[in-house]
This record gives sequence, C-alpha cells and structure tokens, in this order.
Amino acid sequence: MASPVEGASSVEAQEMRLHFEVSQFLYKEMDLVDRRSLGEWLDLLTDDIRYFVPLMLNVPFRKWDEETSRPQTDTAWMDEGKKTLEQRVKQLMTGVHWAEEPVSRICHLVSNVLVKSASAGTDVGSEAEVTSRFLIYRNRVRNEASIIVGWRDDLLRKTEEGWKLAKRTAYINQSTLLDKNITTFF
Amino acid sequence: MAGEFSAMISAKTSQVDRKIFSDEEIFREEQRRIFAKAWIFVGHESQIPNAGDYFLSRMGIDPVILVRDKSGSIGVFHNSCRHRGMRVCRYDAGNTRLFTCSYHGWSFGIDGKLVGVPGMKEGYCNKLDKSEWGLIPVAKIANYKGAIWATWDADAVSLEEYLGDMRYMLDLALDSHDGTEGGSEVSIGVQKWTIPSNWKLSAENFIGDLYHNISHRSVDMVGIGPEGTSQRRDEGFINNATLVSVGFHERGHGGINVYLPPEYVDARPYPGEIGEWFRAADKARKDRLGENACILGGVGTVFPNMSFRANQPRQIIVWNPVSATETEVWSWYLFDAKSPDSVKAFMREYALRYCGPAGMTERDDMENWQGATEGSVGGVVESFPYNYAYNLADDEQPFEALPNLPYAKNAVIGATEGNARGFYRQWSIWMDATNWDEIRREQMKIKGRI
Repeated sequence: MASPVEGASSVEAQEMRLHFEVSQFLYKEMDLVDRRSLGEWLDLLTDDIRYFVPLMLNVPFRKWDEETSRPQTDTAWMDEGKKTLEQRVKQLMTGVHWAEEPVSRICHLVSNVLVKSASAGTDVGSEAEVTSRFLIYRNRVRNEASIIVGWRDDLLRKTEEGWKLAKRTAYINQSTLLDKNITTFF
Repeated sequence: MAGEFSAMISAKTSQVDRKIFSDEEIFREEQRRIFAKAWIFVGHESQIPNAGDYFLSRMGIDPVILVRDKSGSIGVFHNSCRHRGMRVCRYDAGNTRLFTCSYHGWSFGIDGKLVGVPGMKEGYCNKLDKSEWGLIPVAKIANYKGAIWATWDADAVSLEEYLGDMRYMLDLALDSHDGTEGGSEVSIGVQKWTIPSNWKLSAENFIGDLYHNISHRSVDMVGIGPEGTSQRRDEGFINNATLVSVGFHERGHGGINVYLPPEYVDARPYPGEIGEWFRAADKARKDRLGENACILGGVGTVFPNMSFRANQPRQIIVWNPVSATETEVWSWYLFDAKSPDSVKAFMREYALRYCGPAGMTERDDMENWQGATEGSVGGVVESFPYNYAYNLADDEQPFEALPNLPYAKNAVIGATEGNARGFYRQWSIWMDATNWDEIRREQMKIKGRI
C-alpha cells in the first residue's frame, strides 16, 4: 500500500490513520452530546458498554494506586451499562427533568488524545485503548457556572458501522464534587 | 418557651420564617446550639474493621477522625493538632499506628493520646504533661447496629433515648433483608458533593415529604426501578401498598413506612438468582416478624442531619452544614453483608442510578433545594413565612392497622407536613435552649402530633 503521507513508512502511516480516526471519533462523540443529539450519541456505544465514573479519594503517595474506587464493587458516581445510559438520555428528553430545565449550556473540550495499544489497527474488529483529557464547562440559568476536568481511559472497537465506544472510565479530578449534580456525559 | 427562635416557628399556624434557611448568624448559632450537643452519625463500623483503621468524618462543620484502637473499641476525635490546629490526618481512610502532625511533628496514638513531642527536652524541659494534650475526644460514642454516632456533650441522653422509637424505623435500614438484627455493611467510598442550599431543607425532605412527586416526574416517566422499569421504585411489588408518615415529634425525627396488605405476595420481578434471594429473604422475614413484616422502610431523618433510605436502595445520607446557603452531602450505600455478590451488584447499580449527584432521582432534588434556599434570601421576601399546613387537620388520626407496631400511634396514612412541623419545632427548642436539661424539659411538653 502506498503511504498516504509522503516520507512516512507504512507503519507510521497506519498509526497516523488510527490516530486520525480515533480522535475524530472522540470529537464527534462530544459534539453530539453538546448539541443534544443524544440518540445519535447512543448509537456510538456498543451494546455491551461499561461506563464507569469512579470516586477519587485522598490517599498517601505510596498508595496512589488506591486513589480511585474500583468498578462494579465500590461506590462510584456512575457505573452502568447501555440500558441505564439510554434511560438517562430519555430523562433528558422529557422536558420535566428539573436539573436540566431550563437546559444548561454545556461544552466539552477533549484533548491529549493518545492511542495506548500499539497492536490496534483500523480494520473491523480492531480494538484501541485510548486515553484523553476532558474539560466540561456548564453554565445554567442566570449565573451558575461549573468546570469539571479529568482523565478518560477508553476502549474503542471498530465495527461495520465504524468506531464505537466499548468501555469508558472517566476520572473526575475532584474528591468532593464541587457541583450540585452531574447531568451530562463524560 | 417563648424564645427568639420559637417565635420563628409557628406550630399553630404552620409557618416557618424564611430567615432560618438563609441567615448566617442563625447558622453560626446552629453550630453551637445543635451540632455541639446532638448525636451525629459519623460512619459505619464496616468502614473500620481492624485495629488502626480510620475514616475521616464530620460532625457539623467539625472534621473528626473515626478510628478503631488496639482493644477494638472505636474512638472519635477532632481532627486538629492541639499545638497549632493542623489536621493530623489528611487521608480519607486508611490504617495507621500514629497520627503525626506534618507541621511541628506532634504525634498521637490511635487512642488519641499525645505520644510524641519533638523537643520535649530542649523546648519543654520535659515538663509538658502529655496526658493533657491528647486529641480532643467526643464526649460519647454509640454503635447502633453498625451505625456509629457521637456527641460532644457529656450531658446528652443516651443514643437509645435520643432515638426513642425512631430506632424501629432505622432498623428497617440496618437490619438484614431476612429480618435478622443488624448485618449491614457499606460499600467502600462515600459520595461527597456540595449543594448551594440550606441543610435543613434536605433533612426536611427526607423526614417524609410525600407531597413532592412532581419533582421526580421525569424519572417516573422513564422508569428506573430495581428491575429496570416501572417508575422509580419497586412499583410492581408495592402497588397495593399504603404509604404511612411516621413522626416522633417529641424528638424531631420522622420518616415514611410502606405498609403492605397482610396477604401480600412478593412479586418483585427481579431476574434469576437475585429474585430468588429476595423472595427467600422475604419469606424468612415474614416467619421472623409475623404481621409486622408488612411494614417496609421508606426514607427517614434523625434530627438534626442524618437521613436514610430503608427499602431500596438502602442509603445513609448526611447533610453537613457548610454555611447558611451551602451543604456538603455525604452518601453511604448499605448492603446485607452476607448477601451474594450478584445481589450486591444488582442493588449497587440501582443505588447509583437512583441516588447521588448523578442519580436520576436525586439530581432533581438538588435543583429544588437550591431554589428554595435562593428564595429565602431578600429584604422583601424574608417577612413572608413558608407554609407547612399540609394535612394539619388530619394529624390527629393515627394509623391503627397494626396496633402491635411499637410506634402505631405515631403514624398517619398518606401525606402530611406534620413531620416537618415536628422537625422545625424541635429546631426551635434546641436553638432557644442553653443546655440538655432545657432541651429535655421542652421536649417533654410535646404530646402527640403537631
């Protein structure tokens, strides 16, 4: 296969293509969330998705590996599959969900996109471990504004319909949540 | 007692002054008059199973350390060094032999005693009496079925007396699903979040507000019940249930019970072995409790700031005051320690989609409490009190379907704001009293329902 980028080896070209597809996927995903095209956003999730937002604890340096609560065991902010995510979307669409009525102005910034698994390709069936950072700005009603910043560790899977999100762990960089509630996705 | 604060609560006309939800001076008084005297929930014993295990908690605005010592007994100490006030422990939880202050190095044992002072000889000529400079202990600690409580006031009545018959309501959260006493544990990690509202509004909501269904309309439309459908709770199971408000006005506590018809059949459509476990537990509970098995728990509040859910999900939730218009909420989730992992996982996932700041039910509550707090601020509105008259007339008709229930006389079928009236009456008693004797004297004057 001829390299799409002049001077790049075929391996490098493949990595660039993977990075391009993955980062476009992550940007598109949050674009749909910000524009409240939440049904389309759900289509980007695999049916077996695990969506996990752990608590973060104040721990000593030597126990840094215990900083986050464990999936499907400990308490978390969110720890669920697709059905609950669909219910959340449905609730946001009822028009009587007071935590989002009137609707908030929400903007997701996604950055530091890094493909972590070297073996991933772009063929159907490929999986890619991807890490990124997020900054979510929410402004609502008259003067409420909050910023949540954190990390994400994702597992993406290439399907016939393109890339899909199969697993997400979103680490909010706060131990006490400095906001009254969580009404968006990460 | 015609005190300054009693005047803000009008039990007869069921009105409450808005200023108690917004005034910073009143908030400071609450810290001295209520939180320095009352029994406060500080944690669950399953959080500190071994010697040296500790958990950082709060009592009002005071940070405290809950710690198990070598003898296995539990201590609660103010988390501040006696030398300069620095926090001697800054990790949420863990295990230690010593709490060493990172400022000047004073160190304290897990029994709170001062054991190490740098410069003892050079600076203090060996004359510092270490026995007088230990961590500040609470006056009393009590363990009720795993729930740990503490008070700073040595004159406080025992926790048992403090709770009164409210303990039977707490049992519905702390006992096992099969009706055996105790047996609960909490999952690791406490959800903590900040809400821009006065702590009393949340305590009032959990004390038995059956009048706020509109708040949760969206989640009822979606259906997030434990089996994944049907409004937000076990609606299929409790279809024929009667909701009962139970108030212990003499002490300011209250909550909701779910009363099932005696012939009820457990129809919770939970999947597979989870359904089997619940049905077996329910059967054992009926065998154990007889006709009283018809009573399931709902929500409740123990004065001043501890609330809980007793049916599903099971939760302990504490409204930590921060300022008149800010509260830090702490939420624990309760499980039967001996239930299989599949049941715990099932209950846990339901709890997380229901409760907490991302919980589809509770996240709407926060919006309302914030609005109610904002509505309590302002030179004009503060002279317009809030209305607590819902079912004022019906308050004299106790629920008597279960005469053998220890607190049958305290119950009322359906919605009432009686529990909230009792809560604010209690608040005014504490705010006007200067000591526990006065509190007890005024509490004794409350007879029957409010």
